[in-house]
Amino acid sequence: MIQAIVFLPLLGAILAGLIALAGAHARNPSGDTIEHGHDDHAHASHAHDDHGHDDAHGHDDHHAPAEPPAAGTAAAELITTALLFVSAALSWITFVNVGFMKQDTLVHVLPWINSGDLQIAWSLRVDTLTAVMLVVVTTVSSLVHFYSIGYMDEDPNRPRFFGYLSLFTFAMLMLVTSDNLVQLFFGWEGVGLASYLLIGFWYQKPSANAAAIKAFVVNRVGDFGFSLGIFAIFMLIGSVDFETIFHAAPGLTGKTIDFLGWQVDALTLTCLLLFMGAMGKSAQFLLHTWLPDAMEGPTPVSALIHAATMVTAGVFMVARLSPLFELAPNAQAFVMLIGGTTAMFAATIGLVQNDIKRIVAYSTCSQLGYMFVAMGAGAYSVGMFHLFTHAFFKALLFLGSGSVIYAMHHEQDIRKMGGLWRKIPYTYVTMVIGTLALTGFPLTAGFFSKDAIIESAYVSQNPFAFYGFLMTVIAAGLTSFYSWRLIFKTFHGKPHDQHHYDAAHEPPLWLLIPLGVLAAGSILAGFPFKELFAGHGIEEFFRESLKMHPNIIEEMHHIPETIKNLPFVMMVIGFIVAFIFYIRRPDLPVELAEQQPLLYKFLLNKWYFDELYDVLFVRSAKWLGRVLWKDGDGFIIDGFGPNGVAARVLDAARGVKRVQTGYLYHYAFVMLIGVAGLITWFMFGLGGQ
Amino acid sequence: MTWPILSVITALPTVGALLVFLMARGGEEAAARNARWIALWTTVIVFAISLLLIARFDPSQAGFQFVEEGRWLASTIGYKMGVDGISLPFVILTTALMPFCIVASWKSVAKRVPAYMMAFLVLESLMIGTFSALDLVLFYVFFEGGLIPMFLIIGVWGGPRRVYASFKFFLYTLLGSVLMLLAIMALYWNAGTTDIPTLMTTAVPRSLQTWAWLAFFASFAVKMPMWPVHTWLPDAHVEAPTAGSVILAAILLKMGGYGFLRFSLPMFPLASHDFAPLVYTLSVVAIIYTSLVALVQEDMKKLIAYSSVAHMGFVTMGIFAGTMQGVAGGVFQMISHGIVSGALFLCVGVVYDRMHTREIAAYGGLVNRMPLYALAFMVFTMANVGLPGTSGFVGEFLSLIGTFKVSLPTAFFATFGVILSAAYALWLYRKIVFGALVKPSLATIKDLTFREVLTLAPLLILTVLFGVYPKPVLDMSAASVQQLVTNYSHAITAVKAAALMH
Repeated sequence: MIQAIVFLPLLGAILAGLIALAGAHARNPSGDTIEHGHDDHAHASHAHDDHGHDDAHGHDDHHAPAEPPAAGTAAAELITTALLFVSAALSWITFVNVGFMKQDTLVHVLPWINSGDLQIAWSLRVDTLTAVMLVVVTTVSSLVHFYSIGYMDEDPNRPRFFGYLSLFTFAMLMLVTSDNLVQLFFGWEGVGLASYLLIGFWYQKPSANAAAIKAFVVNRVGDFGFSLGIFAIFMLIGSVDFETIFHAAPGLTGKTIDFLGWQVDALTLTCLLLFMGAMGKSAQFLLHTWLPDAMEGPTPVSALIHAATMVTAGVFMVARLSPLFELAPNAQAFVMLIGGTTAMFAATIGLVQNDIKRIVAYSTCSQLGYMFVAMGAGAYSVGMFHLFTHAFFKALLFLGSGSVIYAMHHEQDIRKMGGLWRKIPYTYVTMVIGTLALTGFPLTAGFFSKDAIIESAYVSQNPFAFYGFLMTVIAAGLTSFYSWRLIFKTFHGKPHDQHHYDAAHEPPLWLLIPLGVLAAGSILAGFPFKELFAGHGIEEFFRESLKMHPNIIEEMHHIPETIKNLPFVMMVIGFIVAFIFYIRRPDLPVELAEQQPLLYKFLLNKWYFDELYDVLFVRSAKWLGRVLWKDGDGFIIDGFGPNGVAARVLDAARGVKRVQTGYLYHYAFVMLIGVAGLITWFMFGLGGQ
Repeated sequence: MTWPILSVITALPTVGALLVFLMARGGEEAAARNARWIALWTTVIVFAISLLLIARFDPSQAGFQFVEEGRWLASTIGYKMGVDGISLPFVILTTALMPFCIVASWKSVAKRVPAYMMAFLVLESLMIGTFSALDLVLFYVFFEGGLIPMFLIIGVWGGPRRVYASFKFFLYTLLGSVLMLLAIMALYWNAGTTDIPTLMTTAVPRSLQTWAWLAFFASFAVKMPMWPVHTWLPDAHVEAPTAGSVILAAILLKMGGYGFLRFSLPMFPLASHDFAPLVYTLSVVAIIYTSLVALVQEDMKKLIAYSSVAHMGFVTMGIFAGTMQGVAGGVFQMISHGIVSGALFLCVGVVYDRMHTREIAAYGGLVNRMPLYALAFMVFTMANVGLPGTSGFVGEFLSLIGTFKVSLPTAFFATFGVILSAAYALWLYRKIVFGALVKPSLATIKDLTFREVLTLAPLLILTVLFGVYPKPVLDMSAASVQQLVTNYSHAITAVKAAALMH
């Protein structure tokens, strides 16, 4: 069954890819000659005009709508979506089998890399941790496939889009079912590839291409650490299989590694290196810059990859390696520090953004920080709980934003919206449900998981526990503010763009059904699972798949009532401030921004990280490359090496006619004679001995 | 074994060249056509015969197989051929890539076609000979002889600066080869034979090891090429015709790595151990330095050439780590790079044949009219970046994990290559393939022809196959690599133990 879950999406991806390729090939002739026809010329410049026109429209836009859809589009959509639904159904069955019936499985598929004592196999491991991820990934993915049928209906390249979506799902499933670090890395980079392809799906847009490359390269920075972590594990333990690692890990405490002349605790270093990978994939502070830019991709992609699944891979990785992290308290401290910082930092930026998708993106970044706070506290199941609930409400918020964007004809700026609740009431209601869940309104899914994280930070013995607690509590208030700001500015007040407002209409059922399902999930994913993820059911449910910090759950149940209610208070404050700012006194925020121009600019420009990195890394790397090329290779190596000699030779060569033929043959001939002469000399010299 | 397969596949291409010489007559058109077909059939037949080697090869044996011996010069220099798990993959790589090179030159080479085909066929003989020679002198003749046809291919059929490039190529390699010849003589005087298997088990005095190692190193480092003797490669690639670039990147560069594995490590283990830090340093500098240089290139071929230097840095690093994973990774990386870089140069050739420029700025938005090309180029770009699931990952990963155990700083700095390769490869892809198709000169460009699909599709399949299932290559070389590593570590521990005794 697990094989079907994992490989059906791959099958779908291959079939859709073939359809896309066949269609694209049929439209574009083969040939190695260039014609200079007038008609073709006109066509090319016409295509360019289309593109320029679209760009003026907004970010999330469809291109060349006049182009007819590729042949077989419907087939590609049907195949991939149907296979994903089958995979999702099987995942839920597996979830029950593994979570409640305790039927953990491990399937070996193929040997992969075998060299000496390094033995890596393709295998599928299913325990409760994996089962939770299977459910999240396949459910959201199948809904996003379904949604995309409606959302992408004007795009001529839909088979390619669905192929990428299914390819992503396959890579993500390989990631969560891996039984060793290297297959995890395969899935890790595989989702990175799919993300790169999907962010750059509208490849005619320069901004989309730039964002795609940025996402890939920034993730590679994280993967740099991840790779070194894998190497370190192999050096210390001699294996990359999880079971062997977890078994041998306790014996490593106290061991040190000589890292560039500096004796470092082996486990701490390894965990920090691995966590660097998690920081890249989950867009944590310092490696977060790619996530907001990734919003250049189509909205369903943002919902699937950049909210519900791929970005949570870092959280999953830390949970998977919990037996390792539990032995490295210093690494855990760092995890908590980064998690708390990200939760707060991203929330502050989210306060002032005006692009509907970017607000939700910063919110995702911030919520991922929450999950890492739980990981740092050692409450791994609690972090997984938030991952689980977040997948529903954040996918809902993204798809809801997509629905707004669709209704507004690809307008993403919330300053140009307003009053939309009358036009798209269904979308409005589901978005409000998502917002309630995100802000942690009592009895919604987010309420249970978010409060549990804040409680776990409060009781944790991590040196940064109080910092984590403080940051998450404040961020809860900010989350509430920016979420309601989004709702108020989009759906309430007066319409700011009458033309768009008049044309707005509720999108088709393809879009509305997934919204409804996710809205239900945003409410129901909390309470029924509370005991399993953050209560007394953890041991029964997760068993060996997680190694919790001892007693943390017990202590969470005994914290003061005031602390327990703090997040709720923060949420209410955030709501009230947003209500005053955007419903009662819309002039207040403008005034505030004018009074505090420095702060406002600082937040609006995302703490100037992009500018800083551009100078520090991008420009300096290019400058260094140019210097090494022109001065290093060109001036020093060539100047003192071959050019000095070659120049003399060429001087002589200029005198000779027909340089390209006779002279070279001549040289080659001399060399051959030389070789023969040396051998002869060798032969006779030896004969004499 | 009843007939000398190795000699046959070594000699057959030369026979093919003779056939071209004799039969490619008539008008220029007819001569060219005949030459192409003869060359294609020769290379295909050679490839088919070389498959017999795989079928009959016993991967559990570490020693040489298919050994053929005969008298050649005087009483001491024999004609001896044979392959083990380290050389066989290179023989197959050579025979497998040649037909693609012939097909890739089908239309793009229009002048002096018979001579061109002859040069390629002779080159194939010499390359197969290099990888299967088991006598030092024989090896030397093949190794250096390979220079001549390559020199001609660049010098006659190359681009506008072909004379400069071919001389640079020639000067660099000449320097190394003279030194290597001296070392070969010294080895003979020491052991009294030029038989490679015997030399591999003969102890060489420590002082001679140092000098001989340096002499061989001079030759192999240039071939690799390692930093700082790499500057001939970008020029040679830029000026070489497409098939010349493919052979240069895919096979000629591998001769250096093969030389390290066949001579430096087994014959001079102590010197290899002493000089390992030097090799690590040069490798790491190569990886970071050339990756940064690749980032700012304006010529497609130059960019790929610089990336080749960086990738070869992983090979030298892995080989001199002297661990099982390091050496196996080095071998695998060379095979993978042979496939991937060869394919990348073919990809450049595809657009060069259409537009006659390699300038990156002249392209953009090809995906709009060339979807098949975009797909193929994407797969090879990702393999170049070392994405897991492509063959590029396996070699890079193994060589890094094998080095980490021995020298953490080396592996640490080399891993930066992972970030930089993503930056330059994706940048290249974006500039050429993605974007809107706005340049009027590209408006009527057409997608891959059947002939081009024929050259790229098999390489694409191998890239993915070896990424997902590298076992065939790893298993083929495992026993020989294991023996090499064991002997190497024995030699070093013996010396260390002796030092302790004193």
